[in-house]
Amino acid sequence: MLRYLTQRIIAFVPTLLGVAILVFLAIRLVPGDQITAMLGTEAGMLTQEQRESLEEYFGLDKPVTEQFFAWMGNALQGNFGYSVRHGKPVLSLILERFPVTLELAFLSVIIALAIGIPIGVLSAIHHNSPIDLFGRVISMLGLAVPNFLLGTLIIYVLSVYFGVLPNSGNYVEFTEDPVLNLQQLFYPALTMGFSFAASVMRMTRSAMLEVLNEDYIRTARSKGLHERTVVMGHALRNALIPVVTLIGVEMGYLLGGAVITEQIFSLPGIGRLTVNAISQREYALVQGVTLFIALNFVVINLAVDVIYAAIDPRISYDSKS
Amino acid sequence: MTANPETLTLHRQQGVVRRLLRNYSGLVGSILILLFAITGLLGAAGMTPYPPLEQHPRDRLTGPSAQYWLGTDLFGRDLTSRLMKGGANSLKVAVLSVAIATFFGTIIGITSGYLGGFFDNLIMRVMDIFFAFPSILLALLIVVVLGPGLNNTILAIAIVYTPIFARVARGPVLSLKEMEFVTAARCLGIRQWRILFRHILPNAMAPLIVQVSLALSWSLITEAGLSFLGLGTQPPEPSWGLMLSESRALAEIAPWLMFFPGLAIMLGVLGFNLLGDGLRDVLDPRMARR
Repeated sequence: MLRYLTQRIIAFVPTLLGVAILVFLAIRLVPGDQITAMLGTEAGMLTQEQRESLEEYFGLDKPVTEQFFAWMGNALQGNFGYSVRHGKPVLSLILERFPVTLELAFLSVIIALAIGIPIGVLSAIHHNSPIDLFGRVISMLGLAVPNFLLGTLIIYVLSVYFGVLPNSGNYVEFTEDPVLNLQQLFYPALTMGFSFAASVMRMTRSAMLEVLNEDYIRTARSKGLHERTVVMGHALRNALIPVVTLIGVEMGYLLGGAVITEQIFSLPGIGRLTVNAISQREYALVQGVTLFIALNFVVINLAVDVIYAAIDPRISYDSKS
Repeated sequence: MTANPETLTLHRQQGVVRRLLRNYSGLVGSILILLFAITGLLGAAGMTPYPPLEQHPRDRLTGPSAQYWLGTDLFGRDLTSRLMKGGANSLKVAVLSVAIATFFGTIIGITSGYLGGFFDNLIMRVMDIFFAFPSILLALLIVVVLGPGLNNTILAIAIVYTPIFARVARGPVLSLKEMEFVTAARCLGIRQWRILFRHILPNAMAPLIVQVSLALSWSLITEAGLSFLGLGTQPPEPSWGLMLSESRALAEIAPWLMFFPGLAIMLGVLGFNLLGDGLRDVLDPRMARR
């Protein structure tokens, strides 16, 4: 296990370096220079001297490799640059917005599990029955309705039929007013959690069907155990192992995929920060946020592998390697 | 009587189609995709009830009627025609982006898996870099670099999906290259590329075909999502995602503007998902859903 972990962490370094190079080069490839992007139409009023001094200030007059190492060196020290529009360092903006996205992702996972696991288990137990059909239709719909469509529909139904506007008013932090905060995050979390619930449902159902055919389940039943104990205590515990992996993988996607949901519900999370940075051409911010999300994604994937190995004793990474 | 290999392949293909149509998911998926393709092609050919960009100022925001089947938008443009043209654009993005990703991803994946060693390691590490981004974020980043628009959306989705195809194609090659028919082909002195493309690739096709269907569904969602954010198809050109986004401000007085593009996106994605499920059941019995 330790050897596997070490190998994964060593392999993690070049991936991250690659991610950093990709993000750095991507922004350099954007048409137009950064000074114009930063100042907009005002850039046209700059004299040649002013432009050169700005280029020197931002290090844009140096060779690309030198710029990359300077940027990388700064990033390693937590300096991702400065957002001119927000008037704040990029890192402090990210750290300010990240808790919103993190909370949204956690709530989405809770909603997904609360919907997905019970329906998945019922579908498997009542295999090929109307209950199963209902579960499968719900999961099909969950996978076919994209976030932006479900979010739009939720807002429409709430505002037209219930006179409630879920995205009105300023965002309130959990520590300020937990009830209002959860009210504000419930519908966005439902939007993101619904399609994830469909995946959880499918995974739980197929894993349960597989587990219910195992010998040890037959043994448990022949011992005379109550069916509920067999299902909940023996079958579900084992069937949930792949679901844990799914949660981990999805958590990474939820952190990055909150882009659209946060935009629809006007939540000040990291996804909305990204979209606004893109539309306002704030390249330092785009770079910082993308690198931050990719870093999270890679770390979460690594954590999933480790947790997977820890909870499933059948997996031994050491013998494989 | 000996059947020649071409007849055998034809029989096998007919068998797959027949089994797909007997499979519930496969049948419903095929019907939905056929509908999507027909309306999309009619839209692309300009065979719409009205020109999709034509404005009828007197008929602004009228509901579904005999004259305008699905109603009109804020500028009096016919929603049916715009949905058909939007479908054509979505279909174009989905088919082209997935075709590019399948082509390059498969070549990269099978070559990497077949050659193995340092080359394989290098290619897979590069692919890992792309996997380090949530896909919508990578697509966004690429669109930022290339600029918004239909063609750049195609390229962005293709770049995002290429590593996935490379991984899906590489997997089976790793075990196939150790099999006896490959050793036999080598002993016969058949050239490497011929072994790879004529002997190994056809045997690695099943997971790739399933992946194509799922990729088409994902591509449809991404195009609509990027257009929803204003980074995909640019107005006045219609796109389902853009139409949905524009409908939000008018949802209370003209709900049809939200309902029909939403339904179109859902049915399109559902169609590709069901087709993918059906293909998986038919082509890869081990992966079949119970």
